[in-house]
Amino acid sequence: MAPLLQAAPLALVLLLFFVFPLLATAVVSLWNYTEYSLVPDITQRNYVEMFEGCSNLSDGLCATFRTYISTLRLCLMVWAITTLLGFTISYFLAFHIRSESVRMALFLLCTAPFFTSNVIRMISWLPLLGREGVVNQALVATGLVDQPQDWLLFSEFSVVVAFVHLYTLFVTVPVFNSMMRIDRRLMEAAQDAGASPWQTLWHVVIPLTKPGLVIGSIFVIVLVMGDFVTIGVMGGQQIASIGKVIQVQMSYLQFPAAAAQAVVLLGLVLMVIAVMTRLIDIRREL
Amino acid sequence: MDKTMTLARRRVLQGAAGLAAGLAAPAVHAQGAVTLRYVGTAVNQHAGIKEKVKEDLGITLEYIPVTSDDVVRRAVTQPNSFDILDSEYWMLKKIIPSGNLIGMDAKRIKLVDEITTIFTKGEVAGRKIGDQGTAPSKVMYLPAQNGKAFAGAPTQWLTLIPTTYNADTLGIRPDRITRPIESWAELLNPEFKGKASILNIPSIGIMDAAMAVEASGRHKYADKGNMTRAEIDLTMRVLTEAKRAGQFRAFWKDFNESVNLMASGETIIQSMWSPAVTAVRSRGIPCVYQPLKEGYRAWAAGFGLPKTLTGRKLDAAYDFINWFLSGWAGAFLNRQGYYSAVLSTAQKSMQPYEWDFWMMGKPAAQDIKAPDGTVMEKAGSVRDGGSFEARMGAVACWNAVMDENDYMVRKWNEFIAA
Repeated sequence: MAPLLQAAPLALVLLLFFVFPLLATAVVSLWNYTEYSLVPDITQRNYVEMFEGCSNLSDGLCATFRTYISTLRLCLMVWAITTLLGFTISYFLAFHIRSESVRMALFLLCTAPFFTSNVIRMISWLPLLGREGVVNQALVATGLVDQPQDWLLFSEFSVVVAFVHLYTLFVTVPVFNSMMRIDRRLMEAAQDAGASPWQTLWHVVIPLTKPGLVIGSIFVIVLVMGDFVTIGVMGGQQIASIGKVIQVQMSYLQFPAAAAQAVVLLGLVLMVIAVMTRLIDIRREL
Repeated sequence: MDKTMTLARRRVLQGAAGLAAGLAAPAVHAQGAVTLRYVGTAVNQHAGIKEKVKEDLGITLEYIPVTSDDVVRRAVTQPNSFDILDSEYWMLKKIIPSGNLIGMDAKRIKLVDEITTIFTKGEVAGRKIGDQGTAPSKVMYLPAQNGKAFAGAPTQWLTLIPTTYNADTLGIRPDRITRPIESWAELLNPEFKGKASILNIPSIGIMDAAMAVEASGRHKYADKGNMTRAEIDLTMRVLTEAKRAGQFRAFWKDFNESVNLMASGETIIQSMWSPAVTAVRSRGIPCVYQPLKEGYRAWAAGFGLPKTLTGRKLDAAYDFINWFLSGWAGAFLNRQGYYSAVLSTAQKSMQPYEWDFWMMGKPAAQDIKAPDGTVMEKAGSVRDGGSFEARMGAVACWNAVMDENDYMVRKWNEFIAA
């Protein structure tokens, strides 16, 4: 009885603020709606409309598939870059910095992107990457290009840059944590056994930092899949994302349609996470 | 001194009496402070008006700023949560069927006959203006006080008393576009490839697009504010082609985005709102709110009263509305570049040179100053779009809700994904 009571507060909070809203979303996704009311009902309308035209591939892909592909592609690019960057930064911090205080100072420096507000951070890309921004001025002045480059801003490139800038920290932190827990004697043993630095990295360090990598990947994938603000601002509202679709539907009070989108998105993200946790048992490794 | 003392004392006594009698406060508002909960978008909730109302009428306005979507949502689902609704006319098509707004009694509005003919007849200076979309004159009257549909002709029952209205067009950078711009078709002109923008608010964006499509001669809409599915498809097809060809630099969603795009030179032609043009110019960057030969897309807002309002709050609401039309507020809004409902009283509250600049389209005889004293326009400058009659007389269509709204929003999402 006592353990149940001890677990009750957390269970209640989760039930109230997590399970209940989730169930409500799933139920509402089956409702019908009119201009200004929700109609409690069981209809497939929202799901049917979401995938309308998706079976007919002759006209090109339907909007929903295109939106998912666009979101997934962004996700993949951001994940690859943040993982590489996050891993490298953590490796440098964990194995190359000798002094504990320098390490902590450098680690805190990694949180610099979060010192300013989201809005200001994103607006400040404009004078940097814009057509008349600093980067373009420098490129033209050095003669590298003849005229200002448009692809620097309001493009997939700028979206990826903004995401990488923001989310590298979410990979760095768990990977750094995993690396700090590696017993240094293991690396010495590998060296003594004649392994090259690359072999040590591949056979010792990476397997032991897998939990950190998976946790970081989950952060990045979940954040990018659900985003609509960064993609909106940095992509000039021209790049489709699921989050944006949901936001537009919400603002037009099409809650059931938005709920259906959310349910599909949730399903997809859960599948991705399931695959990743299948690859590695996070709980055992922690 | 004496007066304030007695007032203060009276208020204290009243407070005590009020407490004693529960909530049964005195019926005449002049004897006690009335607070009116004012729900609307933040754009219209000026601190200056709030202070002046307090000073003139003793009524406290409690501003509750919400987004335009929430204005409709509140009006439909929570009619008890406000005493005054500041709504746009297009919203009425969604709100009135709910029966939550009451028809306002024209007999209690002193200056009802002075309200501009844009609202009462759909005319400016005796000439009919464009009424595509939700034109205010179509939704101005109810057949009965509790009517849930609109009356075709003027009646005693008004849906909204107009507060502000204006006509929107394209903003351009005259330093980057040296030739004259005269048509909405220029928005889709490949000459401005990668330097154009429209707004990513589906119901307004599609009307700007429709102005451009019609101007380019591709299709003549029966009603741009109420398209058929085929017309929505056609408009979105044209937009999608332009998007794929790289016509648009970005779409904007809020006011500041539109200002930044224009000021940084990312765009040189785009749909814009009037205060955004002023904001770009105030940074010392040339920007013109360009009148176009096909006319403007107009919008209008007004006050509505909830059905639940009774007693002295109802009296106070009518007092506030009568005050609003009596001149001071009209002048206040006219000086910001909006237009007010009763022009005759607003004129009396403005200096002749101000009236000539803002309403007559004449060159400013002296510097035009903002309420805080900063110079908005130098002496000699002329307002974009000219006089009130020239501007409001050239309205082509009004912000609207389409019957096919759901379909339109879906198609818009597809366009963004394309």
